[in-house]
Amino acid sequence: MMDLSTLIQLLDSTLRLATPLLFACLAGLFSERAGIFDIGLEGKMLAAAFFAAAAAAMTGSVWLGLVAGIASSVALSLLHGAASITFRGNQLISGVAINFLAAGLTVVIGEAWFELGGRTPALEGAARFQEITLPLAGTLSGIPVLGPLYAEVLSGHSILVYVGLLAVPATWFVLFRTRFGLRLRAVGENPGAVDTAGISVVRLRYSAVIICGLLCGLAGAHLATGLSAGFVKDMSAGRGFIALAALIFAKWRPWYALGACLLFGLLDALGNRFQSLDLFGATVPTQFMQALPYILTVVILAGFVGKATPPRAGGTPYVKER
Amino acid sequence: MNGIPRWVDIALIPLINLALALLVSALVIALIGENPADAMGVMIRGAVGSAYGWGYTLYYATNFIFTGLAVAVAFHARMFNIGGEGQAALGGLGVALVCLAIPWPHWTLALVAASFGAALFGAAWAAVPAWLQATRGSHIVITTIMFNFIASALLVYLLVNVLKVPGSMAPETARFPEGARLPSAYDWGAWMGFGRSAPLNVAFFLALGCCVAVWVLIWKTRLGYEIRAFGQSEPAAKYAGIRPVRTIMIAMLISGGLAGLMAVNAVQGEAERLIIDSVQGAGFVGIAVALMGRSHPLGVLLAAILFGALYQGGAELEFEIPAISREMIVVIQALVILFTGALDNMVRGPVEGMFRRPRKGAA
Repeated sequence: MMDLSTLIQLLDSTLRLATPLLFACLAGLFSERAGIFDIGLEGKMLAAAFFAAAAAAMTGSVWLGLVAGIASSVALSLLHGAASITFRGNQLISGVAINFLAAGLTVVIGEAWFELGGRTPALEGAARFQEITLPLAGTLSGIPVLGPLYAEVLSGHSILVYVGLLAVPATWFVLFRTRFGLRLRAVGENPGAVDTAGISVVRLRYSAVIICGLLCGLAGAHLATGLSAGFVKDMSAGRGFIALAALIFAKWRPWYALGACLLFGLLDALGNRFQSLDLFGATVPTQFMQALPYILTVVILAGFVGKATPPRAGGTPYVKER
Repeated sequence: MNGIPRWVDIALIPLINLALALLVSALVIALIGENPADAMGVMIRGAVGSAYGWGYTLYYATNFIFTGLAVAVAFHARMFNIGGEGQAALGGLGVALVCLAIPWPHWTLALVAASFGAALFGAAWAAVPAWLQATRGSHIVITTIMFNFIASALLVYLLVNVLKVPGSMAPETARFPEGARLPSAYDWGAWMGFGRSAPLNVAFFLALGCCVAVWVLIWKTRLGYEIRAFGQSEPAAKYAGIRPVRTIMIAMLISGGLAGLMAVNAVQGEAERLIIDSVQGAGFVGIAVALMGRSHPLGVLLAAILFGALYQGGAELEFEIPAISREMIVVIQALVILFTGALDNMVRGPVEGMFRRPRKGAA
């Protein structure tokens, strides 16, 4: 089996790979809890990755890149909001359109700006998020088991990884301990009741959609300026859909979302490291591990292992009573 | 229906939506510093200006007719089948297994058998999501998306580990036997100017046949009536004795089968072996095609030819104006889906208002 150092490397890349999933998953959580289905997470993440990398390449500042990434993702969110809230269109179709729009525009614009076949120039130095060493990581690394776990797994990531981890309790707090969160959840279950109480359904849903864009922006920026050094065509590679799967797997709850994203991140890390896995004498092909998040989600959706019930008003536009 | 003339609903509104999508596309081209009118000219000439162009345009259109009909049939039962991509990939597997099974004596036999294989595998891949939706209430959009990814992983596994020619590095099956080769446009349409390279083949006529069959099914049979009634109102359909589980299953199996049939064109007709990613996004184009075609077979046919021209024109565009990437067609496709699907009410509201007023005045 594996030795300790392999295990530590594996957990290290799990955390790294789980971060974009986590941001996107929490993004979907806000949107879907407010009753707006969002299968456009993938597209928003991709657009943010491109604009983050493009702005970082042009200005040399990763922070300006982050701002550009978030701005592009929020812009797509507002488009989704316009289609699904203002014009009461089909939220799923709007999500599909946004995914294609991002997939196409990132390459068309990238090719026009940089002429590198849809890539952005490679980022280095201040144009990328650097690894941060947590305090005392050097001193504590001598402690058996816990030391390396702290020094090598938890320490040494870019700042967005820690922001992602902190976003989980923050999301929990906002959704379950604030008035805004209560209203947000109510608008996803029974918008009519929220409206009767004199609170604007439209404004609440737009807020949710904007928060969703912001978090997707962080996911994309991490992808292009943290995980890799620049943008390549289709670099989100289905992560938006894995995040969607994680959201269902977590049954639309923040802490479970963290668990689901770490699990799917681990599967990704395993698939990257091993061509095939030998488990109990049987060989598990890497393609099976790539498909596992989707298979697990279908099983959960089927309700054989704990039924996943989406927010009740999800997917339906709200029409004010006349 | 809403007191507006029928032609406004089925022609004017889709055309305005399409015009808006093209307008925004032109804006994108202008923003990256190219001339939209030139680009449009290149695309139109490349797609429909020569027999060479038509040979590709109609080949792509054939794929999109199958996937568009697949989405359309499901739409009638108010099911959004986003899994055409996976169902078509599995259809490819069905075609490959049939074509490689025996040395086929004649292409007509191979076509019939491969069509069965393609439809069977495509339908089978739609069956699980359909059954989960019908009996467990699992959202069909999510499950079909998941099944797209599972299909892609499954096909990579099969091509790399099982179906690959021994000793070869390429993850693809052996070439299909000569007897399974479908006559290409050059074989039956050389007099129209189609060259040897044209990928267009007899599967085009199969697609036309499917348009007619779907029209008959949806509007001329009891089953089609049940599907439409179920799609209009589930409680009313139930009250009328229409069984929901049966209706969902049948609509989705037909939908998956139609998506699978795409492989007859792409895998048997063109590639003549199964390769990785034989679908190339056609499953998703089907969504745009069905939306534009208002889920009517004739509309689907016209929209599929339009998208076929878009795909072929886009390929020419990249060749003639290298600054405009081929992905521009993905942008146009996205905008068509956005305007005809998601932002439909934006146009519909004002247009309907415009046409309703005079009638009120007359009454």
